[in-house]
Amino acid sequence: MRDDWRPTACLDALRERASTLAAIRGFFAERGVLEVDTPSLAAAGAMDPNLQSLAVDYDGPGAPPGGRLWLQSSPEHAMKRLLAAGAGSIYQITHAFRAGERGRLHNPEFTLLEWYRLGWDHHALMSEVADLVRCLLGKCAVERLSYSQAFRIHLGVDPLEAPRRTLEACAGGLGMGRSALAGLSRDALLDLLLSERVVPALRDDRLTFIYDFPASQAALARLCPDDSRVAERFELFSAGIELANGYHELTDAGEQRVRFDRERALRARLGLALPDIDERLLAAMDAGLPACAGVAVGLDRLLMRRLGAGHIDDVIAFPIERA
Amino acid sequence: MPSYTTSQFKAGLKILLDADPYAIVENEFVKPGKGQAFNRVKVRNLRSGRVVERTFKSGDSVEAADVLETEMQYLYTDGEFWHFMKPDSFEQYAAGTAVIGEAAKWFKEQALCKVTLWNNEPLSVEPPAHVSLAVIETDPGLRGDTSGGGGKPATLETGAVVQVPLFIEQGEILRIDTRSGTYISRAKE
Repeated sequence: MRDDWRPTACLDALRERASTLAAIRGFFAERGVLEVDTPSLAAAGAMDPNLQSLAVDYDGPGAPPGGRLWLQSSPEHAMKRLLAAGAGSIYQITHAFRAGERGRLHNPEFTLLEWYRLGWDHHALMSEVADLVRCLLGKCAVERLSYSQAFRIHLGVDPLEAPRRTLEACAGGLGMGRSALAGLSRDALLDLLLSERVVPALRDDRLTFIYDFPASQAALARLCPDDSRVAERFELFSAGIELANGYHELTDAGEQRVRFDRERALRARLGLALPDIDERLLAAMDAGLPACAGVAVGLDRLLMRRLGAGHIDDVIAFPIERA
Repeated sequence: MPSYTTSQFKAGLKILLDADPYAIVENEFVKPGKGQAFNRVKVRNLRSGRVVERTFKSGDSVEAADVLETEMQYLYTDGEFWHFMKPDSFEQYAAGTAVIGEAAKWFKEQALCKVTLWNNEPLSVEPPAHVSLAVIETDPGLRGDTSGGGGKPATLETGAVVQVPLFIEQGEILRIDTRSGTYISRAKE
């Protein structure tokens, strides 16, 4: 008798999920943030070389020229088009999709809570993220460290200036061969150190925001006007788990196109899928994306923290193996 | 030899690292939302038994180790090698002292053992978890003492020495747990 029809999460966890969703909707309703709903399928896929979108063949009515749509890795592009259309501050709870990501904290299909605040910067948004998370996880201390501070405190190196060999030396003991280590890009090396050295050293009794990431990891954040070495991007960690990623958003369409071109060229070099550039997003930015800050919260992980669960399968009904 | 990419990693997979065979014990996928993915794995060296941690960039591949676990019958030892046979094909394999190690003292002829082959050579041999062995030498039994308190050493037919209760006599057959090297009970005839 097969029993893979059963959910991996217990029903109490699913009830907790439902009440969490209700609490989040209440939180935003009270603050006058509009709930929106954008498509999971879109003509443009993720351009970030570290994100792989899942493709869906569709040649029915209204199909794009290539007959291929992409399951969205986040609702970011569509939500920015709504912002440019004058929607005001908005939020969305939606499923997002990322190929190849599976593990204790990952399922290829997962739930994101994403929201945008008009006229805010990333520091103001961090405060609101902390409010929401504390309303769901209970009161606790909140600390903010710049990316550079976090590395200096917990690793004793300056991530923005340290020579490569110093960073490589910090990765000793992680069991990565010398040549594999040498083959990593500087950003990949920093990612390794952040995940394996810095984040595990953060205190478990508090929420920690790490902000102002290296400019090379700006993604869709604007660069800091006072220090071009960093971008106005932040992440939130709780008990070693990355819960959120946010930006003081880049609004300059020209700069966005340069970043897309650069990422697409890198994707080509790495032999990755090459989705078309999202011209609709660029057109929206051209028309005028208002100054704003935005953040995506991994809802499944937030639930894990709320329930003290050790595995994402404990909070979702049917992970990929049972989908 | 074929190779595995990190997305195929799972517990039990046999891989080759620095020319040694390893088994994956634990695999954790680590990925910052917007960053490079890695696989943090615990691997056991199948020669030394040591468990170490390794990190791979996700998407990288690792050569597979041609490791096979089979059941074989222990035949005999010539002092230098221990000889085993596959019961179905009658193929014979010889394992040296380095491979047998401490397990040598548990092998009784005919016993079915778990032999791990690497490139068709024995890499390790596990005796059955429980074996029945005769006592060839021990101090005279204290009749009537079945309290289980205290104990004495007994030499078994394979040469192993284990602690047994005082009432055990020479010539008796005992059940032994080979993993802990301890006496379980008298064997039922």
